[in-house]
Amino acid sequence: MCIKWSRFLQTAVFSLFLLVFSSVAMANEEGANEKLDPAKIIMEHIQDSHEFHFFTIKKNNGSEFHATIPLPVILYSPQKGISMFSSSAFHHGHEEHDGYKLEEGKIHAVDVGVTVYDLSITKNVVQMILALIILVTLMISIANRYKKGMGVTTAPTGWQNAIEPVITFVRDEVAKPNLAGKYQKYLPYLLTVFFFILINNIFGLLPGSANVTGNIAFTVVLGVISFFVIIFSTNKHFWGHIFWYPGVPMVVRLLIMLPVELLGVFTKPFALIVRLFANMVAGHIIILSFITLIFIFGSMSSVAGWGFSPLSVAFAVFIYLIEILVAFIQAFIFTNLTAVFIGQAFEGGHDDHH
Amino acid sequence: MGGAIGAGLAAIGAGIGIGQIGKGAVEAIARQPEASNEIRANMILTAAFVEGVALFAVIAGLLAVLK
Repeated sequence: MCIKWSRFLQTAVFSLFLLVFSSVAMANEEGANEKLDPAKIIMEHIQDSHEFHFFTIKKNNGSEFHATIPLPVILYSPQKGISMFSSSAFHHGHEEHDGYKLEEGKIHAVDVGVTVYDLSITKNVVQMILALIILVTLMISIANRYKKGMGVTTAPTGWQNAIEPVITFVRDEVAKPNLAGKYQKYLPYLLTVFFFILINNIFGLLPGSANVTGNIAFTVVLGVISFFVIIFSTNKHFWGHIFWYPGVPMVVRLLIMLPVELLGVFTKPFALIVRLFANMVAGHIIILSFITLIFIFGSMSSVAGWGFSPLSVAFAVFIYLIEILVAFIQAFIFTNLTAVFIGQAFEGGHDDHH
Repeated sequence: MGGAIGAGLAAIGAGIGIGQIGKGAVEAIARQPEASNEIRANMILTAAFVEGVALFAVIAGLLAVLK
């Protein structure tokens, strides 16, 4: 009897959630006099910005209430020096401040001939710092527990228990098979990359947060660091195979294998970069498109908007679950492929030469 | 418009590719049910690669539309 009651409760809560969530999503739609631009809405949510914007309420008298957390703007210009102020001074792009104006998320100088370098603490920076703090405090506290002897001979508890299988997985499935002899040296880097990408991926799924891993600059930096780790682990055997590929005719070796192998050194980290960036940004765009679809239908007729919203929210929840899986998978794939490429860099001779 | 057509073709490619992976994985599990955990892990890994290639094409299409 109690089992049936809890199933009924689950169904009721879920349907209520769908209905309430879709009605809140409709609340901003009244008074949409300006033309709805879905591409602009989606782009605004994907890109970096100088404030955390949670929602906007359009009041009946035409004014808007923005629920935002403004972030500090730090600008350096060789002509005007360093300027620091809160981004609320821009009033969402309607006003200029101190000779700078905000256009479509980017800061430009009002006067021509003034170059400005934007060093602000933006949404992405705040989220990366938050992920960093979480990562460092979590890992150091777990390491201290191991040092004190807890969870070494007995079963670990708490966060130690949750993180230990993940670290063991990265060590036994990613590092040891690919980096046969020297996995201890590379394990800190692989674990850092895995957890940093994972934490930023998971944060990016929360509404109102920053899209860090879907930012090409972030993935380029990770890819370039991996590229240098790979280059610094290469040995003579690796470069010998690139410039003098064994076992093929001389024509093929010089005309085909040399350019292909040389390009391959660069395309492998490039593929890492674009794979992580494209997967995360595509996931966010899909979720945002489903929610924006509600407003597109709503601008045609209010009934269509209301009727479509439970369907749209249900699809968005489904894609959300897939995106959680993709968050873990992409972090794992980046780490795994970096380990594979490092292993290929120092692997040494095979038996099939002679 | 070329970008949109390119992205659509990429979706076809990804669909065919991941479908083949799924077909191979399900047939392998049918032949040897004890190996189903390993087969599932390899299937998800390979599907992520194929999806990565399809998303390269989506990014190229997006660049074609925006430029």
